[in-house]
Amino acid sequence: MTMSAAAAITPDLIREHGLTPDEYEKIKQLLGGREPTITELGIFSVMWSEHCSYKSSRVHLKRLPTRSRRVVQGPGENAGIIDIGEGWACAFKIESHNHPSFIEPFQGAATGVGGILRDIFTMGARPVAIMDSLRFGPITPATDISEKELHKNHSVLEGVVSGIASYGNCFGVPNLGGETKFEPCYSGNPLVNAFALGLVRRDQIFYARAAGEGNPVIYVGSKTGRDGIHGATMASEEFSEASEAKRPNVQVGDPFLEKLLLEACLEAMQTGAIVGIQDMGAAGLTCSTCEMGGRGHVGIEIELDRVPQRETGMTPYEIMLSESQERMLLVAQKGREDEIFRVFQKWGLDGVEVGRVTTDGKMRVKQHGQVVAEIPNEALTDDAPLYKRPLERWEPPVPREMPENIELAAPGDLTKNLKHLLASPNICGKRWVWQQYDHMVQTNTVESPGAGDAGVIRIKGSQRGLAMALDGNGRWCYLDPRLGAMHAVAEAARNVACTGATPVGATNCLNFGNPEKPHIMWQFSQVVDGMTKACEELEVPITGGNVSFYNETLGEGIYPTPVVGVVGILDEVHKATLPHFRGTGRAIVLLRAGEVGDATDVESEFGSSEYAKEVLGTVWGYPPELELEREAALQKAVVEMIQAVLLDSAHDCSDGGLAVTLAEAALPASVGMRVDVASQGLPPEFVLFGEDASRVVISCDHSNLSGIQQIGVKYGLSLDMLGETAPEQLEIKLDGRVAVSAGVSELRKVYENALEAALQAEPTTVGAG
Amino acid sequence: MKFGVIIFPGSNCDHDAYWTIQQVAKQPVTFLWHDSHDLENCDAIIVPGGFAYGDYLRTGAIAKFSPVMESVRKFADGGGLVLGICNGFQILCESGLLPGALTRNVGLKYVCKPVHVRVENADTPFTNACRQGEVLTIPIGHMDGNYFCDDATLEELRRDQRIVFRYATPTGEITPEANPNGSLDNIAGICSPGRNVLGMMPHPERSSEPELGGTEGFKIFQSLVGAMAEKP
Repeated sequence: MTMSAAAAITPDLIREHGLTPDEYEKIKQLLGGREPTITELGIFSVMWSEHCSYKSSRVHLKRLPTRSRRVVQGPGENAGIIDIGEGWACAFKIESHNHPSFIEPFQGAATGVGGILRDIFTMGARPVAIMDSLRFGPITPATDISEKELHKNHSVLEGVVSGIASYGNCFGVPNLGGETKFEPCYSGNPLVNAFALGLVRRDQIFYARAAGEGNPVIYVGSKTGRDGIHGATMASEEFSEASEAKRPNVQVGDPFLEKLLLEACLEAMQTGAIVGIQDMGAAGLTCSTCEMGGRGHVGIEIELDRVPQRETGMTPYEIMLSESQERMLLVAQKGREDEIFRVFQKWGLDGVEVGRVTTDGKMRVKQHGQVVAEIPNEALTDDAPLYKRPLERWEPPVPREMPENIELAAPGDLTKNLKHLLASPNICGKRWVWQQYDHMVQTNTVESPGAGDAGVIRIKGSQRGLAMALDGNGRWCYLDPRLGAMHAVAEAARNVACTGATPVGATNCLNFGNPEKPHIMWQFSQVVDGMTKACEELEVPITGGNVSFYNETLGEGIYPTPVVGVVGILDEVHKATLPHFRGTGRAIVLLRAGEVGDATDVESEFGSSEYAKEVLGTVWGYPPELELEREAALQKAVVEMIQAVLLDSAHDCSDGGLAVTLAEAALPASVGMRVDVASQGLPPEFVLFGEDASRVVISCDHSNLSGIQQIGVKYGLSLDMLGETAPEQLEIKLDGRVAVSAGVSELRKVYENALEAALQAEPTTVGAG
Repeated sequence: MKFGVIIFPGSNCDHDAYWTIQQVAKQPVTFLWHDSHDLENCDAIIVPGGFAYGDYLRTGAIAKFSPVMESVRKFADGGGLVLGICNGFQILCESGLLPGALTRNVGLKYVCKPVHVRVENADTPFTNACRQGEVLTIPIGHMDGNYFCDDATLEELRRDQRIVFRYATPTGEITPEANPNGSLDNIAGICSPGRNVLGMMPHPERSSEPELGGTEGFKIFQSLVGAMAEKP
């Protein structure tokens, strides 16, 4: 074959493309012994990047459970799909956009939302909800953080939130919240994980699969520019001081165009003339072309002269590697192209035939009639390198037992410490964030962000609803990756169950450091193990997700941070239950699936709590113990209680422990309480702020207590009668003596204003004057 | 008696308004495409919320040139009922169907939350199902809702009772704290001299069903249906 533009491939060039000498040899072998062209080198470089090939993670990801009777589509497509009944299915996935969001927070986060939305509607599903899981460096002054770093963290947070808002609001999809957390390890590596969920009729799902020799390949959407070239490769490297120079690698989003693309794609799908469709995300035209061909076991030939271009003089290399946003590639039935073009014309979008389907299983790229790249699809997909990287067990540099110097507070400090926790960045109200998101558009939102542990939407024209939640505790995974990952799954599922929904499926976003370091790979492997176990026990198969490695700046890695999104089904959405107390004179009960551990366990587990971090300023020990079987029973029991309409409210007991959970339940409707907790001989801090797993605080009419008891007994739960809701004052007694007492309106002010106050305060370093 | 909901490229509350009219108000309704002059004999036109043409230049700045708006202008001149919600209000101001402009919120951020508005004039086709002075809870969701007009216009709006809604406290006091976006005089909605064109920033379609946490916005649709039934 004749190849144009034979540029010399030097070892430097290979290294710059993030390929090892061995990988380069393999490329030559896959090409039948010849040297690749520069375009081909670029194509291999992105397709074999960690971001696209999952070369370090694939061997581990295989362990995750991915099937159930509800799973219609597991990992491997643009998004996973679950059957939700009545002819409906939902497509959902979570994906990271960490690297671009650090370099250019607004556009990085915005295009993260854009990318995950395209993954959903490319499957024929209309996006009906998004959520996001965000991690930033500290935003409040502390001794170990410089003024410059504080400034940077503020501006990254502001930029990310407004980027998400700008994209989602314009596109017109409700943002149901998610989580926003702060730890020093995210200062140089913020995490932006975007989740989206869409609805599709069970029999109208589209796949990213090419088929039918001679069928036209059509390019639709935005023109191709020079933006985002090598974005996928960038996401597969650690950060250094030179990363700033990569700002041009970050794409720029156009949510308006994406909205048009959504409407046009869904309308074009209705014509019945579309065979397969895939969005152009990471690795752009390259990825969509070879993956569509690969999945359909056919070839695709494209002519670059026909690709709509934003700039003149673009080389094949640039066109193939551009990550310009808001573009899709589709295969149509031959002879029916016009039906599709008409739809795209109506929406004012470019729709151009750029190639056709062949039978040779190759991706062939031409420019000016000359072949510039010809690669077997498998070489880019199935034959991509697969690494079983070395693992090395790792111990976090923290004590496993409670340090001797820890002084637990005098009884009078407990109220003050509760306020401290309610105002701490990880626990405080995130209204400043979610009020910038349109969370009501599409008029389906039953449970808004801030209102609950999970987002709930109704499905129009059905009695059903969907609940969804994102969770992940990096600190816990740092202390014990396996157990931490189990908690991520358990908590997300518990949050969903607390609305009354049955958890049915999950998606994961695995954020880690450099996989070439054996201890990082060990953390990864442990997390996959923990997640596998929890997903199996809680019956929530993983239907897709993404892995983000190389979250390191100047060699400093993040906490291993798996984020799990769980989706659940409510058969009758009107029964959806909120976490907050609704009125006075109602019974407050703590449902517990586990036993209170002995004093040594409790002490060691207390070191992983928000209280230890925030109030005591020290982290030690292990995450709380988690018994998955009991957790599953607790979730089933809660769902059953809600379905029997026995509960006023149900709130998962997590960050900040029982006291924070009670306060959070009290604040939204300004309902106070009088409760009395048995300390069982433990120090008051452990009882009030310890974060034992598998606990839910419910409130109910006294007359429902026997029904609740019956269900509780059936599932083997312990029910602690804590007390009763009351006007205005929050009062918690320990063994009959008042431990915490504060006005609800005062606590509410503390909780609601903390984040805004932290961001409005001009950052100054502690002690710097 | 038929409603028409306009679709501009970038409208995203079009289906929400359509749903409320069809499923909650149980009235006939059709979509109207921006590129057509044909209002399909509709008796009331909804200009819905969203980001028409992306709102990149200025909210409503491009939408006002669309063929459908030419017809809407004529329709309104003839006394036809037109309701602009959020982006629709912005488009009606840009089109000159209502005076003033909606500028960036004082907080410079998008704000999505339920707000309270006091009905300042219950004698319009859009508020006849409300009591004068009644406080309604209706959500807002916008970046540019900060109403502004010159002194003479404000004087005129006040004199002619054309200020239909003002941001208020839950008990109906007009205070700066109750104003979510910095609007002049806490203005949340105004109408045309003939009372047949209303623009409002809050989204009544978002509080028209109990499942969504409130139904007070539905009074706007109820009023419209009542007004249309009375029309000859």
